[in-house]
Amino acid sequence: MLLAPVIWVLTIIISYFFVAKTWWFPPPISAHGIAYDAQFMRTLVVVGIIFILAQFALGWAIVKFRSDGGRAAYSHGNNQLETLWTSATALLFIGLVVMGTKIWASVHFDEAPPDAIPIEVTSKQFAWSFRYPGPDGKFGRTDLKLVNDSAGNPLGLDDKDPASKDDIVSASLKVPVGKPILLKMHSRDVIHNFFVRELRLKQDIVPGMEIPLHFQADTIGLYEVPCSELCGLGHFQMRTTMQVMSEADFQQWMQQQQAQK
Amino acid sequence: MSAPVAHAHHAPQGWIRKYVFSLDHKVIGIQYYFLGLFSVFLGMSLSLLMRFHMVNPNVSVSWFATLWPKAAAGGVMTPELYLSLMTMHGTIMVFFVLTTVPQSGFGNYILPIQIGAEDMAFPVLNMMSFWTTFIALVVMVAAFFVQGGAPLSGWTAYPPLSGAGSLTGPGEGMGQNLWIISIAIFCGASLMGAINFIATTVDLRCKGMTMMRLPLTCWTWLVTAILGLLGFAVLLSAGVLLLLDRTLGTSFFLPAGMMISDTIITAHKGGSPLLWQHLFWFFGHPEVYIAILPGMGVTSQVLSTFARKPIFGYKAMVYAILSIGFLGFLVWGHHMFMSGMNPYSAMAFSILTMCIGVPSAIKTFNWVGTLWNGKIHFDTAMMFALGFVSLFVTGGVSGIFLGQPALDLYFHDTYFVVGHFHMIMGVAAIFGMFAGTFYWFPKATGRLMNETLGKIHFYFTFIGVYAIFTPMHYLGLAGNPRRYSAFTDVEYLAGLIPVHQFMSWAAYITAAAQIIFVINLFWSMKKGAQASANPWNATTLEWTVPSPPPFDNFAGVHPVVNHGPYEYSVPGAPKDFIMQTDPPGVPSEH
Repeated sequence: MLLAPVIWVLTIIISYFFVAKTWWFPPPISAHGIAYDAQFMRTLVVVGIIFILAQFALGWAIVKFRSDGGRAAYSHGNNQLETLWTSATALLFIGLVVMGTKIWASVHFDEAPPDAIPIEVTSKQFAWSFRYPGPDGKFGRTDLKLVNDSAGNPLGLDDKDPASKDDIVSASLKVPVGKPILLKMHSRDVIHNFFVRELRLKQDIVPGMEIPLHFQADTIGLYEVPCSELCGLGHFQMRTTMQVMSEADFQQWMQQQQAQK
Repeated sequence: MSAPVAHAHHAPQGWIRKYVFSLDHKVIGIQYYFLGLFSVFLGMSLSLLMRFHMVNPNVSVSWFATLWPKAAAGGVMTPELYLSLMTMHGTIMVFFVLTTVPQSGFGNYILPIQIGAEDMAFPVLNMMSFWTTFIALVVMVAAFFVQGGAPLSGWTAYPPLSGAGSLTGPGEGMGQNLWIISIAIFCGASLMGAINFIATTVDLRCKGMTMMRLPLTCWTWLVTAILGLLGFAVLLSAGVLLLLDRTLGTSFFLPAGMMISDTIITAHKGGSPLLWQHLFWFFGHPEVYIAILPGMGVTSQVLSTFARKPIFGYKAMVYAILSIGFLGFLVWGHHMFMSGMNPYSAMAFSILTMCIGVPSAIKTFNWVGTLWNGKIHFDTAMMFALGFVSLFVTGGVSGIFLGQPALDLYFHDTYFVVGHFHMIMGVAAIFGMFAGTFYWFPKATGRLMNETLGKIHFYFTFIGVYAIFTPMHYLGLAGNPRRYSAFTDVEYLAGLIPVHQFMSWAAYITAAAQIIFVINLFWSMKKGAQASANPWNATTLEWTVPSPPPFDNFAGVHPVVNHGPYEYSVPGAPKDFIMQTDPPGVPSEH
């Protein structure tokens, strides 16, 4: 008997924090992020209704149908009801997936626009490197044998290749606002994961594969990038940032980096 | 052959053949139960240490240094110790609790009696399967004590982290080898068990026990065994390949061009880290159903018994169990939406995942339908079954977010996932075990468990698990990644630490409340009220025999089944239940 109010109160508390948004997503900074939030809210409404109805029905049954010494109604079920709720849930669940397809497609089926700025991402235990091709637009040759963190060459850029000379390597990601970006992601040792909450984007980075990820950030600001795939003892410290800058600031940053080389 | 007279088989004499290397399915079932009970307390202790460390990453505790002189030198746990606790918590809970107790523990004890058999089909194989599981547990626990300690790659053991040797971290040397060997041994044990369960259910049903008269528990044990047979075979192979990569320099899972902490790896080329994930989750997703299906069976059985009503939609339940079993093998890719696999396949896996939600929803509707117009008795077994339904709903609905690849773009590897799977595969399954314990304890011991202690334990646990695991969903919304040993470095996590503190306290209190259960279990064995052969006025075959049942279950008599498994409150019947073995004249639909 006490169980019914316990279930109801728990249901109300759980639902309250979803409505009050006490702990919530940070605001989105991309068109994709806005579409993501809409799909999340659609799902939340459907799931919320199912959740609250099911828990309240369970509590109601507990209160209403407790034993009074009499005999229960004899019934083996109802085929019409079975058919009804089977088709209703199937339609609802698959409908939700279909509605979300566009969002997945825009991230993974659509190619990056041809003018997207390419940035090469390299992850390793427990640090990030972001490489920009420089004015020539080409990523130069690298060689693992030349890797030397203390000498400022974390990627092993080969100076003998002219295309390498103007490559810029940064430990954090800088991107211009409102421009399409294409990340080409590599991992050197174990699997890592690139995640920016505000972009609503996440992607594993797998050794032996180049994994592309494209996006466009529309709000200037500094956003955190926490590694989101278990990568070893420093996993919780493997953090970098993504700075979304105005076009002018971005160009200035590029020039400063070139000058420092 | 002499005339078919009833002749009872007698138990072997001698302590060792009776209690240690026993061939009796009932003793083996109890052995599995206690192996699981040991494991669940071990796994829970590890989780408490984790919850302590997450909110106190720099606090020194003197006995930590005693336990782990190196990994907690000075009493402060290192991040690698946290990760090895996490790996072992997940592994022990999934394999040695969730796989072992619902299926091998309860299934072993109850299945042969419920189908009217004297024992399992292969008693020697049954004994071997238990002792092989025991060896697997010993090897797994041994990983704590070797150089470098237990592995830190999680229960999913993704290579290259798990495949490239100790370069990737402490625990990735001998500890990871022992982990793989233990899992391989466990797979062998589970395969033996699966064959035995399938053969027993197919071959040893007594006269009149048609498939559509099987209690739903037996259906779930059968389908679980089939999942185990197909799933563990794949995990065994994958484990062998991973061990070869680690020890013989093969490259199944390791690609060319790796450089691990300044060492260029030249020994490996051509392997695929994603191959492991496909093999692992081909086992790993059915494993979720291995853990939860028997709990669904127990819940159906208990709800029907204590609502005094036939199960709502028995056939629909059977088809739901079968379709969950079938679809369970077609959805493994939903663990890999972010893995870098072909994004088009994500759409297929997503649709199939939503499809598997349908039979799960059918089961929930039918459980509520069973309660509707019933006459519910609130014994502790029933409380846990009702708790199971509530947790199953809560844990299930979050899957509707995670099953969509679009939404997984944010939720993958956050605490939202941790909350989801703990709710459904962790605590819902454990509520199934509690329900089963309170329900069948009188059968196994001849005594009842204490109801007052049972209810106190129930409320602490029910509210406790909600307090531990629902906040995880909010953490997921805020983007808190999982498998972090501390929240000190990523700035936005600092604001979430109070939520973690709340969860840690909820965990300490809920864990402490489990002592009530252990006291109740052992006290009731000695001092519990005497139980009759059928204390719940239930209908299935185990309630026709004395408590505890004789060595060969039916004392040489061959039972004959005349009724369906859930004939409660049949109009015109003298009592409000018709046992499956009651003579056919009694009014009944089946």
